[in-house]
Amino acid sequence: MTIKGKAYIAGIYEHPTRHAPDKSTAQLHAEVAKGAIEDAGISKDDVDGYFCAGDAPGGAWPMVDYLGLNTKKLRHVDSTETGGCSYIIHLGHAAEAIAAGKCSIALITLAGKPRTGVMPPRAAGAEVDFESAYGATTHNAYGMCAMRHMHDYGTTSEQLAWIKVAASHHAQYNPHAMLKDVVTVEDVLNSPMISDPLHRMDCCVVSDGGGALIVTTPEIAKSLKKPLVKLIGHGEAMKGPRGGKDLDLTYSAGVWSGPRAFEEAGITPKDIKYASIYDSFTITVLMQLEDLGFCKKGEGGKFVADGNLISGVGKLPFNTDGGGLCSNHPVNRGGMTKIIEAVRQLRGEAHPKVQVKNCDLAIAHGTGGLLGVRHAASTAILERV
Amino acid sequence: MSEAKKYPAPVTNPETAAFWDAAKQGKFVIKRCTACGEAHYFPRSICPFCYSDKTVWEEASGEGTIYTWSLMRKSPTGPYAIGYVTLKEGPSVQTNFVDCDLEKLKIGQKVKVVFKPTDGAPLPFFTVA
Repeated sequence: MTIKGKAYIAGIYEHPTRHAPDKSTAQLHAEVAKGAIEDAGISKDDVDGYFCAGDAPGGAWPMVDYLGLNTKKLRHVDSTETGGCSYIIHLGHAAEAIAAGKCSIALITLAGKPRTGVMPPRAAGAEVDFESAYGATTHNAYGMCAMRHMHDYGTTSEQLAWIKVAASHHAQYNPHAMLKDVVTVEDVLNSPMISDPLHRMDCCVVSDGGGALIVTTPEIAKSLKKPLVKLIGHGEAMKGPRGGKDLDLTYSAGVWSGPRAFEEAGITPKDIKYASIYDSFTITVLMQLEDLGFCKKGEGGKFVADGNLISGVGKLPFNTDGGGLCSNHPVNRGGMTKIIEAVRQLRGEAHPKVQVKNCDLAIAHGTGGLLGVRHAASTAILERV
Repeated sequence: MSEAKKYPAPVTNPETAAFWDAAKQGKFVIKRCTACGEAHYFPRSICPFCYSDKTVWEEASGEGTIYTWSLMRKSPTGPYAIGYVTLKEGPSVQTNFVDCDLEKLKIGQKVKVVFKPTDGAPLPFFTVA
């Protein structure tokens, strides 16, 4: 069994807002749902599958009701919660449901207001008494990974800075990006240290907003007007300290989700023309590029240096919307926008200054949770038909 | 400073109560599986490696080395250093480093356990040995 070619992304929508004091979280979900439905050219009454994660107020059943989805038709729901990569996992699960005939038009939504609203707390895990007092946050959990990666492989702050530099080169062309100024390696190194060894410019932005996808069958996608983008490979995985044995924070669960996706797709990293890589922090990108096989473990620093991730300059154009480092990071969850920019590239709808020529194969990869503590990862490989 | 910091009291539960009872005696205990011989942390009743239920409490040396660390400089309660310590007994544990120069922490540095009070059982931290 495979999901290869069984599902197409027929609708995408990224909310233009980065600051939404005058909107509710549910409203943002509705606005992105409407946007993706209109992009696909379908009716909301056609939706028969709905996917959402922990950012959806109340979960799936209040959202299905609030969104006014057609409950006579809706026959598949999935509220898998794996943090920022939830939506990449949802994409794979939607394809599985479509392949199994459990739904034919799936809607996936993400939206929220970390800048102007209250973020719902995460439920405690079994580790709570043994970890919560130590104040693991995104910054220091990823800082711990970067510190050990530097120790084991000689990775430098200058190399990490190149990731932000590349993102900023792309963001200058995105009118919605929060940070549009092109920055230099020196700018990153001179920005304040937040949590060693990560500087402020190694960190992504905090933004309100959201995004949505419509995933459907090959037949329905071909009946619609958008360029055809199909899912040809998908993987998901999880990693944690697992009782503290052989702790190694220099790799992520992408070492498992990536090969699963590439194997299903029947291609290798060398075939990829464009990469959406979750960039909560610069170190997140570097570790994931290694884990996905774009370079050997420990050589990520050399790989990202000297503009290798800049579209039109380097070998692997990444995050051409400016990514989380410069454009947005809706609800502190970057997975959705990673898929959306990959689809834009495959459709030829990216900004002309960053559009990859003949972009026929793209990857969207993300992690969720805390890379330095416990996390999930998911990889999607997409092809233009 | 970290000394003035107020730490949350562990909620505890039947599976981990013995850990916190030992902490009240100033003892740092870990769980070891008598079936496969592996120690683990945080403590579970079922061994996460071999799934045996033959796990027993063992007093650990409280000594270890820094696996990694990060000094969080932007915090409303002041800077603090989080990290993992690889215990002499094997498992790596998440912790904060206290009562030492947080600017001079190094991977591989020797550290030892130190308990800090809460409104309930004391919590284990590590300081430079």
